[in-house]
Amino acid sequence: MPAHKQLNLTLRVWRQPDAGSRGEFRDYKLYSVSPEMSFLEMLDVLNEQLLEEGEEPVAFDHDCREGICGTCGVVINGQPHGPMQGTTTCQLHMRNFEDGDLIVIEPWRASAFPVVRDLVVNRSAFDRIIQAGGYVSVRTGQAPDGNAILVPSPDQAGAMDAAACIGCGACVAACKNASAMLFTAAKVSHLAQLPQGEPERKQRALQMIATHDEEGFGACTNTYECEAACPAEISVSHIARLNREYSKAMLTARQ
Amino acid sequence: MSTAVETRLNSRVPTGPLPDQWTKCKNELKLVAPNNKRKFHVIVVGSGLAGASAAASLGELGYNVTCVTIHDSPRRAHSIAAQGGINAAKNYQNDGDSTWRLFVDTIKGGDYRSRESNVYRLAEVSGNIIDQCVAQGVPFAREYGGTLANRTFGGALVSRTFYCRGQTGQQLLLGAYSALMRQVSAGKVKVLPRREMLDLVVVDGCARGVVCRNLVNGQMETYAGHAVLLCTGGYGNVFYLSTNAKGCNVTAAWRAHRRGAYFANPCYTQIHPTCIPVHGDYQSKLTLMSESLRNDGRVWVPKEKGDQRKPTDIPEEDRDYYLERRYPTYGNMVPRDVASRAAKERCDAGYGVGSTKMAVYLDFSRAIEEQGEDAIRRKYGNLFDMYEKITDDNGYKTPMMIYPAVHYTMGGLWVDYHLQSTIPGLFVLGEANFSDHGANRLGASALMQGLADGYFIIPYTVGHHLASQSLKPVTEAHPKFKETMIDARSRIESILAVSGTRTVTDLHRELGKIMWNRCGMSRNAEGLEAALTEIKELREEFWRTINVLGSGEAFNQNLEYAGRLADFLEFAELMARDALERKESAGGHFREEYQTEEGEAKRDDENFCHVAAWEYQGDDSPHTLHKEHLDFQNVELTTRSYK
Repeated sequence: MPAHKQLNLTLRVWRQPDAGSRGEFRDYKLYSVSPEMSFLEMLDVLNEQLLEEGEEPVAFDHDCREGICGTCGVVINGQPHGPMQGTTTCQLHMRNFEDGDLIVIEPWRASAFPVVRDLVVNRSAFDRIIQAGGYVSVRTGQAPDGNAILVPSPDQAGAMDAAACIGCGACVAACKNASAMLFTAAKVSHLAQLPQGEPERKQRALQMIATHDEEGFGACTNTYECEAACPAEISVSHIARLNREYSKAMLTARQ
Repeated sequence: MSTAVETRLNSRVPTGPLPDQWTKCKNELKLVAPNNKRKFHVIVVGSGLAGASAAASLGELGYNVTCVTIHDSPRRAHSIAAQGGINAAKNYQNDGDSTWRLFVDTIKGGDYRSRESNVYRLAEVSGNIIDQCVAQGVPFAREYGGTLANRTFGGALVSRTFYCRGQTGQQLLLGAYSALMRQVSAGKVKVLPRREMLDLVVVDGCARGVVCRNLVNGQMETYAGHAVLLCTGGYGNVFYLSTNAKGCNVTAAWRAHRRGAYFANPCYTQIHPTCIPVHGDYQSKLTLMSESLRNDGRVWVPKEKGDQRKPTDIPEEDRDYYLERRYPTYGNMVPRDVASRAAKERCDAGYGVGSTKMAVYLDFSRAIEEQGEDAIRRKYGNLFDMYEKITDDNGYKTPMMIYPAVHYTMGGLWVDYHLQSTIPGLFVLGEANFSDHGANRLGASALMQGLADGYFIIPYTVGHHLASQSLKPVTEAHPKFKETMIDARSRIESILAVSGTRTVTDLHRELGKIMWNRCGMSRNAEGLEAALTEIKELREEFWRTINVLGSGEAFNQNLEYAGRLADFLEFAELMARDALERKESAGGHFREEYQTEEGEAKRDDENFCHVAAWEYQGDDSPHTLHKEHLDFQNVELTTRSYK
């Protein structure tokens, strides 16, 4: 591993006690940060420092710290999950920053994701979009033998590309309209490419879009910021597929 | 120290031939009439594979279900991080697999410390799990003809592992989560996110509800029901550094234990051989690299101590492929405990590599030469990417460095064949129970067990409990609820009242060091005795010096963390005591005093062929040890050999 110098940083962090209070940025100095730390480990160190100084630690969501659970995510210098392509906040390492940097850290900003505290937001709206149709209606015990449903390998690969969405919400944070179209599209596209998804295909597209809109997410205007921010590198081509699914369903669905 | 009682814990294992036991049991279980199911309320704690599958399946049956989770969404549970795959005895590869073989491999992999009947049932339902997941739209890897593909995992000579790239846990959890969301939309399941179970409410000897803290506003909430299902995962974070998510904890299980549920085999922990090595003091967690990598990667260290050459400059003849050397039959695919100990042995002997010398190489150069880099990228691309993000090294060009890390805990709350604990009405599923993996779990078996418990076992056995007990109506107004809630609240208040000088992380790290050094990959009586004293001292230190700021009636992550550490500090002592009491080596529990001349684990079937189930007797009294004898009628107890 190449040797790196330690970093001295200024962190400008969003502090907000709860959903009902006004928030503000506060500046903190952090010295001797090892470049081998992850971004969240750097925040851990900040919090230890705050506790020593008698200030309440910065609240931030995190769990697996290996890029798969989708719990973590903050906006770093204006970019959801920071500067690295295809990388969650927990997998971002401090070697990607320079000594003397000012790092601005904010929560996801979207009216559908109200702030809980500091950098923590409420993303339950995503669960409600899935409840609207992001499933196959099969009861436990009803399934035929696994190999009775043949799935061509390229279809499986396409479905898997979409199913890899971790539900973190970076797409919403990146979008100027706070649209959750990439999230919604990932689920619709995953199931639209598999025979199992076929029977409920039309209802799924219609209902998930309806819920998406009711929850207060904006419309998609094809700026592709979502794709650029997505740590799971979900392609906007899934939004194109969602649009096709939705149009077909609108034209042909039985009400 | 502790009182041992030879009890015949009633495991409710059906009689008759092994292959017929589950069918016989199901035939004899009482059923709840369709119209009556809606009169029952089941509380599910946790939303991982076991919790989500159980909550969804019970909702489909018509029960009213409340599912509480500490996460902001049920989809975040740590099952999501499982990478490699899920086992099932489908024999799609025509390589001789069968229910019997999966059963034998799992029993042997667990070093003959699990119940035959439970393990057989697990193997029996394994195929149904794959069918269920496929039907839900889980995108398992496929062959070009569209049939399901398999890979090989450690401890098996057949190819029976189903997988979704390196994200199998994610896809299975999202499948169970989607089934759960469907039931939420149908109105049968209510999911309560950001709630932490802090205690179990026991009324007239039966589990009738839980006390939770609402993590958003800090309010205490109580939920009453007819049965409680704990699906709360394992306790690996007692070691501070582990591959578990930061939020994984023992609190729900430990609180239930204090209310009367026996804790079984807490000393059985799994150290996973292929993790990214520890570097630096600030490190917050360890990252696993899927065991599936051992299919194509070869593990080695230099033959000469302190060889300073770059790994790519070390020629073939100067490398020691120690797993292939010691275990020619299984080679790099030996079970996890064997591979982990072999790595530790080489590093302790001074052959370790990297800056800390606590690492071994995992080398893909031969696989890349034979199959091409693209083929390896297709199989493991996301793992190589993750490795590079963390270490800044390219695993295609230079060997990866790996070292064992705490990964999974086989111990857990004691359950009978119905998955019911020693408290009637309290069922325990998945990693939180002790039941199926004995002293060591084989790769790709955790996902199998979580889903077997939730989809195919609990829907039957909970029904039997509800149909056979005449449970009185109990609501949250019952005095027991208030009483239990006051207990939970006062514990939080006592933590806040200390206002000392040490942070939770600081104390947790210290606990982790004690556990890793004294109760980790290898253990001895002297170290364990010392651990018992050190843990007790550290617990006192916690209650004297802990520093948690802020209020109990607000979103307060540090307070949540402090509560979990307080429980780990109680639990750790039981873990060390169990390890001390088990005077043999078995699977992941390696006692230095009990090993063969070749350094392999040496069991003592004469004296330790039992489950150690510990009963809580109050803070000032030692636990009582109950032993459930393990009866092997179908497999012969042999010394595990992977040579």
